Amino acid sequence: MKSIGLLGASLLDWLEAVGRAGIFLVQSIFRLPVRFKESVNLLVKQLYSVGVLSLVIIIVSGAFIGMVLSLQGYSILAKFGSEEAVGQLLALSLLRELSPVVTALLFAGRAGSSLTAEIGLMKATEQLSSFEMMGVDPLRRVIAPRFIAGVICLPILSLIFSASGILGGHLVSVEWLGVYDGAFWSSMQQSVYFDTDILNGLIKALCFSVVVTWIAVYQGYECVPTSEGIGKATTRTVVLGSLAILALDFVLTAAMFGDF
Amino acid sequence: MRSKRSELMVGCFIVLGVAALVYLAVQVSGLAFSSKKDTYQVVARFDDIAGLTSRAKVSIAGVAVGNVESITFDKDLYMALVTMNIDSDVNNIPTDSSIAVLTSGLLGEKYLGISIGADDEMLKNGSEIYDTQSALVLETLISQFLFKGGDSEK
Repeated sequence: MKSIGLLGASLLDWLEAVGRAGIFLVQSIFRLPVRFKESVNLLVKQLYSVGVLSLVIIIVSGAFIGMVLSLQGYSILAKFGSEEAVGQLLALSLLRELSPVVTALLFAGRAGSSLTAEIGLMKATEQLSSFEMMGVDPLRRVIAPRFIAGVICLPILSLIFSASGILGGHLVSVEWLGVYDGAFWSSMQQSVYFDTDILNGLIKALCFSVVVTWIAVYQGYECVPTSEGIGKATTRTVVLGSLAILALDFVLTAAMFGDF
Repeated sequence: MRSKRSELMVGCFIVLGVAALVYLAVQVSGLAFSSKKDTYQVVARFDDIAGLTSRAKVSIAGVAVGNVESITFDKDLYMALVTMNIDSDVNNIPTDSSIAVLTSGLLGEKYLGISIGADDEMLKNGSEIYDTQSALVLETLISQFLFKGGDSEK
């Protein structure tokens, strides 16, 4: 009897947390500082720390993933004598799947964890409550710019990831493995469509960016304000964020590419 | 000074993102900005199109002169009705030309090839090509070959 009660209580707790997170999301979207200049300044600062500082990891990992895809694809396609199709394989797998997902996973690890830790530390050192004391809404001043910067950055990073992956794959397959350059590009251009492949990939990246940044800022805002609590919240950001990305990716892929 | 620098970097970041989008659009998907070329529509009925898809290319002498707009099933004749767009500069295709479903390479994509006829009248918007050749289906060929081989052994 008691265990059923506990189960119900934990369900209620969970529902409450979901509700709090939802309200938090809505509040942080519509609460940029009122003065335009100030909000732009805050946003630029966050765009720098979330986006620009993630550039190196995105470009490097994109290039390596493109190179590995080319090598793997080439070794199989060469058996059928259709090495040129490596361009098609590279572009489709990057644009549709790998670049949104891998960028979002890297983003959760690189930018999401730092957002959580930063906000959590602000809470632990009572900066958030001193904002409130000064009559400044911390949601408006601290959370909203970070949230919006995260949502803007991830799709851009995903585009850069795709471009860098395709250039890396081109390097390996054309310069090293000797696939004919013209056939590489033409097989790619024949099979990639702007609306179904590039735009759908971008929509995926946008969905991931909302979810990951939401989880990151919420975990930071709601963490237990101790050093242990911040550590746990950071771990939760990465774990929950990655799981959410992979689960959401399945749903989105089924909706976008599932109709045969 | 610090804030100026970060603004510059954010500007570079966004420009880089836009550049990546343009690169993907032009180089990877082959999106042409002047894609609204003048075209006219021609239809043809096939017994079997075997894997031809819309947006497949229509070619004369191997050069793409148009693309397939839509493929529907003609209920009355039990045939595939293929509607295609042909560039309006190519306005000198005789009406008795024949059209065939071809494959690029052994396993490549299906496309349509027009062989030029000898009539004085030319195809116009809405006209139909009557001389059609269906796709070469590999399975049918193989089964024909097998049955023939069986006969000759007897």
